[in-house]
Amino acid sequence: MFRNQYDTDVTTWSPAGRLFQVEYAMEAVKQGSAAVGLRSKTHAVLAAVNKAASDLASHQRKLFRADQHVGVAIAGLTADGRVLSRFLRNECINHSFVYESPLPVARLVVQLADKAQVCTQRSWKRPYGVGLLVAGLDETGAHLYYNCPSGNYFEYQAFAIGSRSQAAKTFLERRFEAYDGYSREELIKDALFAIKETLQGEKLTSQLCTVAIVGEGEAFHIIDQQTIQDYIDAMELSTGGPEEEAAAEAPPSAEAQGGGEGASSEPAPMDI
Amino acid sequence: MALRGDWMYENNGGTCVAIAGIDYCVVAADTRLSVGYNILTRDHSKICSLADKCVLASSGFQGDIRALHKNLAARHLLYQHQHNKQMSCPAMGQLLSNTLYYKRFFPYYAFNVLGGLDNEGKGCVYTYDAVGSYERVGYSAQGSGSTLIMPVLDNQLKSPSPLLLPARDAVTPLSETEAVDLVKDVFASATERDIYTGDKLEIVVINASGIKREYLELRKD
Repeated sequence: MFRNQYDTDVTTWSPAGRLFQVEYAMEAVKQGSAAVGLRSKTHAVLAAVNKAASDLASHQRKLFRADQHVGVAIAGLTADGRVLSRFLRNECINHSFVYESPLPVARLVVQLADKAQVCTQRSWKRPYGVGLLVAGLDETGAHLYYNCPSGNYFEYQAFAIGSRSQAAKTFLERRFEAYDGYSREELIKDALFAIKETLQGEKLTSQLCTVAIVGEGEAFHIIDQQTIQDYIDAMELSTGGPEEEAAAEAPPSAEAQGGGEGASSEPAPMDI
Repeated sequence: MALRGDWMYENNGGTCVAIAGIDYCVVAADTRLSVGYNILTRDHSKICSLADKCVLASSGFQGDIRALHKNLAARHLLYQHQHNKQMSCPAMGQLLSNTLYYKRFFPYYAFNVLGGLDNEGKGCVYTYDAVGSYERVGYSAQGSGSTLIMPVLDNQLKSPSPLLLPARDAVTPLSETEAVDLVKDVFASATERDIYTGDKLEIVVINASGIKREYLELRKD
């Protein structure tokens, strides 16, 4: 893990053609608490684990609204995430002001990715240490994107980032193919299941997670705690849950959909 | 009318009125858009709902008015993102004043009247000039028919002098329906004599249960 020789500067290449500072920034994302996103044709759901620094502290905000039709979940350096959320909000407002219509999600993520790329090519800057799951609805339907500190972005049917996200990704890989036709309730349930996977045994309560949804006829908003607790209680009642049904399903396709972000070794993550 | 090639404004006429009550506020404006002696449309709203407790009515140059309303709406969105709540009417009042003064040397040709509920739920009306000088009042009229309407409102609503002690509230003790009726009366009167006022009257009432809109036909000549 310690590639000390070429990692002082973000503008220094390694002989293997890697920018270690950028890769280190992506490690920061893996240290943050988990966040998952899923989408159907008409809705997109974001869920995040609320981790507090200590029992005395309140938890960090991980879900931000950028506009009526777009929101983000962050993992990593939350301060960087806050600054980028402000940037996203500004871009959405500017676009609405000039064009009197909502900014298409694909364009928003490109602008965000370009902003991240700048920090990988200036010696006096550092990459943003936060990964963003951008969920939004526009004329072409619901979308979910993942923006890396490297300046790369990918569209996903479902994805998870942050610590212990591999467990959530495994769960999502088994089920993502059916998501296009899912109703909003089924999406929320699966998001909660995915979050449960990252908790590795800890009991899931609505205090521990935050869920937000955006979709047709529904502006981006965070779902209140009571409704989430009701979903969780309903999940507990149905014995075993979807894990047992999933075992009977076809083996997962290990494509970019659902789990492109591999281990920290070859190839360099940003080259995918 | 425009003899100079560089005259960048135009007066599209129209009148706006607002009256503050104990727990409501009435904001009204006609819907006629004119240029010179011509009518461009009989159905153009001069009223903009900025926040759930704050409504702005402006008369003057429609290009500047549209730009001003958009500007304020965008600033309000930003405020909501940062503070997780809607702007109060007094806050919006200050923001409008600053926005207008920002263009002190190329003003918005807009005569504004801001109405809504203050932080205590009482009606409030702010009246402005083109460069942001503003004052909280109990009622106001701006626009081409303001000189016809203001004296009538003074007659019906004028509170005792602010120099009198103890200080008396500027809001009218009239009920909501009485205030709306008064507004309809003054507009009907202004329509008689002011050529730029008429066609239709849009009345917006803000109270604790939200924003309500109603329309009244006015003389179309």
